[in-house]
Amino acid sequence: MSHGNNAAEQVLRSSGVDVRKCMRCGKCTATCPAFDEMEYHPHQFVYMVEKGEIDKLAASPSIYKCLSCFACVERCPRGVEPAKLVEAVRLAVIRKQGMNHLATDAIPALLDEEMPQQALVSALRKYSK
Amino acid sequence: MQRIGVFVCHCGTNIAGTVDVVAVAKALGQEPGVVFSTEYQYMCSESGQQLMRAAIREHKLTGVVVCSCSPRMHEATFRKAAALEGVNPYMVEIANIREHVSWIHKDMAEATEKAVILGRAAIAKVHLNAPLQAGESPVTKRALVIGGGIAGIQTALDIAEAGFEVDIVEKSPTIGGKMAQLDKTFPTLDCAACILTPKMVDAAQNEKINIFAYSELESVKGYIGNFKAQIRRKARFVDETKCTGCGICTEKCPQKKVPNEFNMGLDNRRAIYIPFAQAVPKVATIDANYCTMMKTGKCGICSKVCGTGAIDYTQKDTVIEREYGAIVVATGFNPIDAKVYNEYGYMDSPDVVTSLELERLMNAAGPTNGTLLRPSDKTHPHTIVFVQCVGSRCDETDERGKPYCSKICCMYTAKHAMLIREKYPDTDVYVFYIDVRTPGKNFDEFYRRAVEQYGVHYIKGQVGKVVEQNGKLHVQASDLLANEQLHIDADLVVLATAIEPDKTARSLGTMLTASMDTNDFFTEAHPKLRPVESPTAGIFLSGVCQGPKDIPETVSQASACAAKVIGVLAKDKLTCNPCVAHSDELLCNGCSSCEKVCPYGAISYSDKEFRGPNRTTLIRRVASVNPAVCQGCGACTVACPSGAMDLKGFSNKQIMAEVDAICK
Ligand SMILES: Cc1cc2nc3c(=O)[nH]c(=O)nc-3n(C[C@H](O)[C@H](O)[C@H](O)COP(=O)(O)OP(=O)(O)OC[C@H]3O[C@@H](n4cnc5c(N)ncnc54)[C@H](O)[C@@H]3O)c2cc1C
Ligand code: SF4
Ligand code: SF4
Ligand code: SF4
Ligand code: SF4
Repeated sequence: MSHGNNAAEQVLRSSGVDVRKCMRCGKCTATCPAFDEMEYHPHQFVYMVEKGEIDKLAASPSIYKCLSCFACVERCPRGVEPAKLVEAVRLAVIRKQGMNHLATDAIPALLDEEMPQQALVSALRKYSK
Repeated sequence: MQRIGVFVCHCGTNIAGTVDVVAVAKALGQEPGVVFSTEYQYMCSESGQQLMRAAIREHKLTGVVVCSCSPRMHEATFRKAAALEGVNPYMVEIANIREHVSWIHKDMAEATEKAVILGRAAIAKVHLNAPLQAGESPVTKRALVIGGGIAGIQTALDIAEAGFEVDIVEKSPTIGGKMAQLDKTFPTLDCAACILTPKMVDAAQNEKINIFAYSELESVKGYIGNFKAQIRRKARFVDETKCTGCGICTEKCPQKKVPNEFNMGLDNRRAIYIPFAQAVPKVATIDANYCTMMKTGKCGICSKVCGTGAIDYTQKDTVIEREYGAIVVATGFNPIDAKVYNEYGYMDSPDVVTSLELERLMNAAGPTNGTLLRPSDKTHPHTIVFVQCVGSRCDETDERGKPYCSKICCMYTAKHAMLIREKYPDTDVYVFYIDVRTPGKNFDEFYRRAVEQYGVHYIKGQVGKVVEQNGKLHVQASDLLANEQLHIDADLVVLATAIEPDKTARSLGTMLTASMDTNDFFTEAHPKLRPVESPTAGIFLSGVCQGPKDIPETVSQASACAAKVIGVLAKDKLTCNPCVAHSDELLCNGCSSCEKVCPYGAISYSDKEFRGPNRTTLIRRVASVNPAVCQGCGACTVACPSGAMDLKGFSNKQIMAEVDAICK
């Protein structure tokens, strides 16, 4: 557990994840479609949150590379829900004022004809406060 | 007024270290009815018992209170000692001042006070105790074994060996169970059939053993020593006494498209079939769901070719009734259905198979005559991926899986991997594992052989998905030690699916009032000390129906189970526990509350005549308890709204007297 580490406790609380349930099977990481893009993989999120290494996770691009597809959540045999940890770390970072990964103004430049409206909305939800 | 003796035990320093035993003996000596009170180093020792017996003689004691360890330890010892001096054993009470006092308290004053209070409660109870006489019931010297897998066969053989009759009721057409389907067996790699079929033949030839194959238990009544069972002998549409098992019918039957369950559906059988060459009994069975004659009235070929006239399309189920002294549950297991694991592509590709299917694909008597071929195109697989723990070790929130480790799959996968590498050295074998669990004699050595001598690639990680692509199985997996995601193009994927109790277990458990856990495994009376008995007297457990086991463990348990059954059958009469429930007919209003809560089915109702006012008679429905079935759990005494049910030796009055003494 996070031995009194505040950041870790906040992540645990806001995600509602019980990291102790993880049996280190690696099925989440075996499933993750964003594996190649991510520095830390879903099973590492679980283990590192348990160890209290939130700073490393918060500084990693992994928190934005995760597709929020929830495949890891769906497949975990122990009901651990790793993606909720990714989301919680991301949220903790974004909630610090001015830390938006994507500024609203920057979006028009990124737009593309093919992009579905839904993707836009979910990007805003995911990457900004 | 009772004449009560109190004996306070030091248990060395176990009790005396925390409880002032001298003060306890002194305080309890002041209680009404107590005519003698003393303490002693070890009451359970021979000299301790002598001391008690001398006191009984000298002080003409009618009741005894021993302040000592838990009654589970030495109640029987003290009861026997008292009985030797002519005091009814049920006039002895234990106050547990070790587990309930000295072991859980630190402060001597507090502990001593509590010991005195518990002693007082026991004294208050003895005042109301009455001598109880244990009854006796006769024993039917025959056992019933439900399930004819290796567990049931071994238990039956051992019981027969001791000279008692045994019936095996097996629901499928032959005995043998899952072991008959296996190829080679770990850890010695001997062929399953070579070691199993001699036992099947032994069972068939043993004159003490009756095999009722293709039969199911319909109902069971009664209690230990005196069970009455109804057995449904399902219609085979073949006369067992005439069929010689020649198999000509199974060759001539034109209905060739019936999935062969013995080969896990990997090939087809006929509508009339004998599951495998060494089946016992070796008798054909018609599958009425597929037989053209049964469905349309046209065909009758089997009847024409049968040389002995054994075919009988009009055969009906029959129900026979038999009596037994003991019942053994040996209903085994099945692998869970792999269908629910769509990420592994089980439903999408025939080349994704379960481990039990692989056993058939490697078995000389299987659909490929023992040559390992892919089900899809009958070619040799060159890359094989094994996935461990499929559906085992899941969180309770996971609807698809089981919370337990299935225990046998680590070993059988090592076996499969080794056998494949031995026979087809050009094959790459990967095993994705979470942990490799191989405790057991020569087991870890076996697994290490697979890695070190046979070059099986063991990878710590799991498979995430399997997708069929251009005739290959694309496997995406994790390698946790390398922190990599792997992509393997495999020819065959094998799922080590979890095992679960047979689906009939739950209803059987209800029929036998034998308790089971949330996973439908039968529960043992004590997880350590009574592992082969159900808490329900007379019901015994053998094999995987009690929990996951391999063959060595199954056979050991099966023999242990037989020993317990023989212990019952060897007796002419059984002593009953006299502390059973009984109902006061005058108070009982026949509401059925007690019957509903009784876990052992001990309560029945009958209409009885009672005298009403003005010389009238009233017929009332009242409860009565069968003392041979009642286990004295007391559930009914609490449920009874009219206070009619009471437990001998633990009557409501006695318990209230104890409570009063404690609260005084
Ligand atoms: C793929 C695989 C490979 C294995 N390999 C090995 C190995 O190499 N070595 C090893 O030691 N172990 C191995 N095992 C384990 C082994 O199969 C079991 O330990 C063994 O079969 C257990 O025997 P059993 O009699 O308890 O159960 P079962 O074999 O399941 O027998 C139970 C019998 O009871 C019958 N039955 C069920 N319910 C009823 C009912 N209500 N009424 C009447 N009859 C009923 C069934 O039809 C069946 O015949 C393997 C298991 C699997 C799945
Ligand atoms: S939710 Fe994120 S971490 Fe989980 S599988 Fe999808 S991309 Fe990977
Ligand atoms: S799938 Fe679940 S149990 Fe397995 S490593 Fe990932 S989080 Fe842990
Ligand atoms: S025996 Fe091995 S493969 Fe089977 S559930 Fe247990 S750990 Fe998993
Ligand atoms: S005490 Fe009552 S509930 Fe318990 S077994 Fe006896 S009759 Fe049934």
